[in-house]
This record gives sequence, structure tokens and C-alpha cells, in this order.
Amino acid sequence: MQTATGQLGRRVVNGVEEFGYGALLLLESIYWLLFGRWRHQAVRWSAVAEEMMNIGVLAVPVVVVLSGANGVMMALQGIYTLQDFGAESQVIPGLAYSITREFGALIVGIVVAGRSGSAIAARIGAMQMSQEIDALRVLGVNPVRYLVSPILLAMVIMVPLLTVLADTMALTGGGLLCVFQLHMGFQSYWQTVLSLLAVSDIMQGIIKSAVFATLIGLIGCINGFSATGGADGLGRVTTRSVVLCIAAIVVADMIFTFFLSR
Amino acid sequence: MRSEGTNSTDTEPLIEVEDLVTYYGQRRILDGINLRVGTGEIRVIMGGSGSGKSTLLRHLLGLNIPAAGRIRLLGKDINRLDSQAMYQLRKQIGVSFQGGALFNSLTVGENVAFPLREHTRLDANTMRIMARMKLEVVNLAGFEDLYPAELSGGMIKRAALARAIVMDPKLLFFDEPSAGLDPVVSAELDELILRLRDSMNITIVVVTHELDSAFKIADSITILDQGRIALTGSKQAVRASDNERVQALLNRRAGGEELDHDAYLARLTGKAS
Repeated sequence: MQTATGQLGRRVVNGVEEFGYGALLLLESIYWLLFGRWRHQAVRWSAVAEEMMNIGVLAVPVVVVLSGANGVMMALQGIYTLQDFGAESQVIPGLAYSITREFGALIVGIVVAGRSGSAIAARIGAMQMSQEIDALRVLGVNPVRYLVSPILLAMVIMVPLLTVLADTMALTGGGLLCVFQLHMGFQSYWQTVLSLLAVSDIMQGIIKSAVFATLIGLIGCINGFSATGGADGLGRVTTRSVVLCIAAIVVADMIFTFFLSR
Repeated sequence: MRSEGTNSTDTEPLIEVEDLVTYYGQRRILDGINLRVGTGEIRVIMGGSGSGKSTLLRHLLGLNIPAAGRIRLLGKDINRLDSQAMYQLRKQIGVSFQGGALFNSLTVGENVAFPLREHTRLDANTMRIMARMKLEVVNLAGFEDLYPAELSGGMIKRAALARAIVMDPKLLFFDEPSAGLDPVVSAELDELILRLRDSMNITIVVVTHELDSAFKIADSITILDQGRIALTGSKQAVRASDNERVQALLNRRAGGEELDHDAYLARLTGKAS
């Protein structure tokens, strides 16, 4: 019993410690982004561009396919449920609001967590184990400035952009199904969608996605820096990173939805 | 040619360690280390596994913070420097890690030019030429476009050495230069270290457990044992030492026989403090 209590206590302490470390990492990254130039350690735009490519551009095909398919599925389920009430046409507001406020950001968050959350943890973890992080420090290069700041900046730029793409593709997928099932014109579907949506609906998804981006970047980096123990350790932090990223996204989404939908 | 056993107190010490104490958790790793390394000297720090030599190196590099004591590099207390002063100090220090620690995503040439890119405003062409010059010094000319994964163990160590000296440092740290290398490559690396000291007048600290290498390159040797300095002296002084554990290390004997029977029993029963 004592052991179980002790273990729970240790886990809570470790969790709080990790949370604090994440907060410090975020503040330090912002510091280097804003003031690095004055300290002769500017964040390199080439590194940011490279991360934007890895995190954002290379994720476009999978985001297009997943969000398009998700839009079709949501439309199918919506029409199937609403036809009992003879209200199939009401699927369009359902699609418009749920995709822009919720599912666009969530799909992108999960895709980026799976692709980049693991890749960041694995890359930084491998660097940690091969003493490349120590090498950076003894070369007078701050690892947060060199590794974390470009990742976080690229995340915060690319994930909201991917979310706009996911919104568009999901609404297009849903729209194609509406065209065939409800026998309506594609143009009139889009006119209805755009007349329903306010800027705040789209912004809700985009703000969420920026929060998801920060969480994925930080969790990937924290796990990478904490890697120890060879290939086994690297596998452990990579898995942990993906699981924590997805869990953090879902919990953050729930909290956001609770406050923003009131 | 330099005489053997240069006395570190003859010249201004570039490294001064006073009463260094460190812990990992509750375990005391280094216990009252005092060290002075003079300008232009090659100091070899030796010791068996678990003697604390790698921990000492990490403290000398400012990667770990000691529990007590003071470390001065180039006259500056590294644990009291602000980040900007430490940044300036690091430009004058080169480090070659045990596994090389080359950046795997960069080519050999980019690795060697990395400190120049980060610390100078030289144009890309000048940096490339300087990187090639240092690669020439370590006999790696023509390999600048390869990635670290395409190099052998000895080549990685030489490339890491080229990166360590590209800023013409005053102080060079070399962690286990011979580890994992065959005797011929290891001997070449020893020659290279001696040549560097003579041509660039760098103060070099080498951490190793290889006896042949240590006695070939050292001006003076510090032997660590169980977190304490067992001996510091010239090669002759080390060879002539009557310290039992030093002789065990030199003669490659298992020197781990337990001297304190109470401590041994306490460790076996899990009651060690």
C-alpha cells in the first residue's frame, strides 16, 4: 500500500516537474525568437523553413485524404440520422459548424502528433544519446534556440494553415456527398456553408490548432531531451511522445470547447 | 621537443579546480578534486571504470554543476559566469567527444564549419576554405561532402577533432581518443594530438583509460581512483609510484579488492550509506 502511494506520489511530482519544464521551455523558446538577435544567437530562418517543410508541407497529402474522408463520413452519418425526421438538408449546418469548430483542428492535431510528435522526440532523443546536445552546448550554441524555437515557430505557423486546408477538404468531401444524396448543386452547397459560418467559427478551430501545435512541439522536445538508455529508451520516448501528444490534444480540445461554446 | 613532466605550476594555469565535490543522487562521485593544468601542457586524466573521470570532464566542460568547489578555465570561474560570458569563453575551448558527437544531419564539412557559422560573420566560401584547412590537418581532405554515417570510427574522431580546433582554441578537451579504434589508428591519433600541441600551442586535456596512448602523449598524468586524485605527476613519477591502486591500474590488474571490510558487508546487505 505504501509502495503504491509512494509510486503515485512520485508520478504526480514527476508530472508537475515535467509540466514546469515544458512551461520553461516555451518561455525560453519565445525569448530566443524575440531576443536571440541581440544575443548574437538569432533563430535561423533556414531551420524554421526546414521544420515548416517537415511538419506542414509533407503532411499535406495525409491531411487532404483524412479530412476529405472524414467530411464524407460525417455527411453520411448526418444524412442517415436526419432522414428519419425528414430533415436531411440540416446536415449542412451540422457539417459547417462541427468541421470548422472541431474536427478540422482535431484531425490535423492527431496527424501532426503522429507524424511530427514522434519524429521530434526520436530526432532530439538520438541527438541526446550521441552527445550532439552536449556538443551544441560546448560549442556555445543554446540547444533550445537551435532546436526547440524553430520547431515551435514552424508548428504554430503550419498547424493552423493545415487546419484551414483540413476544413476546406472536409467541407468539400461532405459537399460532394450532399450533391449526390440531396441532389443539390455544389455551388449552392458552398453558398449555404459560407452564409452559415461566421469568422468566429473558423477562428475557434484555428486558435485551437495553434494550442495543439504548441503542445505537440513541447511534448516532442521534452521527451526527446529526456531520452536515456539506447535504442530501447529511444523507442520508449517516441511512443510516450505520441500518446501524450494525442492525450493532451483531446483534453485541451475538451477544455476549449467547454469555454468557447458557452 | 618538450621535456617530460612539464610542471603545471611553472606557467599560468589554464585550468584550476579547487575542492570539487559532486554527487549523483546520494552517491558522491568526485570528492575534493584539486587540479592545475598549465599553458601548452598535455594532461592525461586516467582511471578505471567508475573512477569519476568522465564526470570530471563534464564538470570541466560546464555541462554539470558541482555540489561544491570551484572550476576556473582561462582564469574564469565557469560556474559564476553569466550566459553571455560563458558564450564568449566557449569560443576559446574545443571539445572532441568519445563518439565524435558529429551532427548526423550535416556533412563533415558543415560539421567542421559549424562553430564558424555560429560564432563568426565569415562568408560561406571562407568558412568552407577554413573547414578544408582543418580537415587537411587531420588528414581528412576530400571527405567534406560525406555524412558522419559514411565514415569509419577513426575518421569520425578526426573529423570531431577538426571541428574542435576550427576556432583555434586555447584549450582542447579530448574524451577517450583511442576508444573503439585499432592500435594503428589509435597511434595515428596520438601523433596528431602531439602535432597539434606543438604547432598550435594548445593546452590539451585527454581523458583516457588507454595506458600506451597516455604514456605516449602526456606531459603529466592525473590518476583518479574512486572519485579522488590518487596521483598527479610526470610519467616517471607515475611509473615509480608505490601507490597500490596506481600500480594495479598500470599493470592492468584487478585493483578492486575491498580494503574496507565493513563497507563491503554494508554494500552486500544493501545498507550502504
